[in-house]
Amino acid sequence: MVASAAVRLFGMWASPAVRRVEWALKLKGIEYEYIEEDLSNKSSSLLEFNPINKQVPVLVHNCNPIVESLVILEYIDETWKENPILPVDPLERAKARFWATFVDVKCREESRKAFFMEGEEKEKAIENLQVQLKALDEELEGKKFFSGDHIGYTDLAVGWMAFWLGVAEEAAGFKANYDVKFPNFSRWMKDFLAEPVIKDNLPPREKTVEFFRAFKQLGSCTKVNQK
Amino acid sequence: MASEKGVMLLDFWVSPFGQRARIALAEKGVEYEYKEENLRDKSELLLKSNPIHKKIPVLIHDGKPICESLIIVQYIDETWSDKAPLLPSDPYQRAQARFWADFVDKKVFECGGKLWKLKGEEQEAAKTEMIEILQILEAQLGDKKYFGGDIFGFVDVAFVPFTSWFYSYETCANFSVEEVAPKIVKWAKRCMERESVEKTLPDPKKVYEFVRYLKKRFGIE
Repeated sequence: MVASAAVRLFGMWASPAVRRVEWALKLKGIEYEYIEEDLSNKSSSLLEFNPINKQVPVLVHNCNPIVESLVILEYIDETWKENPILPVDPLERAKARFWATFVDVKCREESRKAFFMEGEEKEKAIENLQVQLKALDEELEGKKFFSGDHIGYTDLAVGWMAFWLGVAEEAAGFKANYDVKFPNFSRWMKDFLAEPVIKDNLPPREKTVEFFRAFKQLGSCTKVNQK
Repeated sequence: MASEKGVMLLDFWVSPFGQRARIALAEKGVEYEYKEENLRDKSELLLKSNPIHKKIPVLIHDGKPICESLIIVQYIDETWSDKAPLLPSDPYQRAQARFWADFVDKKVFECGGKLWKLKGEEQEAAKTEMIEILQILEAQLGDKKYFGGDIFGFVDVAFVPFTSWFYSYETCANFSVEEVAPKIVKWAKRCMERESVEKTLPDPKKVYEFVRYLKKRFGIE
């Protein structure tokens, strides 16, 4: 265990972006202090450490704040060298970053629309999401995880879909049908969630579904932005 | 595609995202073949190289495609690492650079687009937003020579292509970048003293002509 009282993580229990950082910290065996934020009443520390976006997660290492979960992942990988999560080869790193950006920008956008919208717009978003899932499914052909035999940066980046996509579906009443249509992706979801570091670091499912149901009722006026 | 040796860039002349890649390649002294794409009739090569997004820029290195401009710039930095490092070596400074490049990515282009696409109150709101974005960036730059400090770096590469759009933003939305963010304007001039930037960025008046062409095409007065 790499003991480090100097590592603090500001988070919120239901946030996938926060869990993503926790998975990375745990994979590396880094000890940290976790601070739960009430996002409807943000602490002065959070606002001081992340004045631009005012969001979680924020990693504070030796009093230096790092924000944006994918940026935090790269920082963790470069600072603590054991159990590397990014590949060494520049081309493989570019591919890993490509998929991370793809799920964080594109898949998240369509999932958000499928979650919040109704009728035709909802249907269109689900269709778009399925096109995206197909691409992810093809990328997994012949591989256990996106990063190969072991989970890595790409798996941690896509990881929110393994748990929170199902939560969103249940809370908002839609189905992306990956278990039927995308066997590689469906298999990856199960394998990813079975990994000890992941399995022991997920929010309670029922409570999360309830949270997202309430979240949907608040509608698009939500202030809970997570990176 | 064939595993041809060498570097090719699929791009579009006015794209600030493509210009990031061109500036990075020039800083590193990398020779490459430039291929101008017709975005209304995309080439087979582009569609095969970037099947997911079908967008430029795409860097093709020894037959392997790399997509997304900031990912391309990092790839260039990591592959040709012997010269002109764009990211600092310290992990915390690197995280700062990535954050600010991501900030530019998320904020500048989209808000800029609103300035020429919208009118009336919506345009005013976009102008207020753009001024705020420029002032945040100005505060981050401070009195440094570049965003990277003394070294022209990742954030400079990410942001400098948008400086040739300032004239368009100002003309469409009626404000002055120099008035709201004078340090940014001085920084832009310093960047233009670099050959990589000077040879890559188009004349702002040509960018404005392009914006006017887009407005006509989309039926925006």
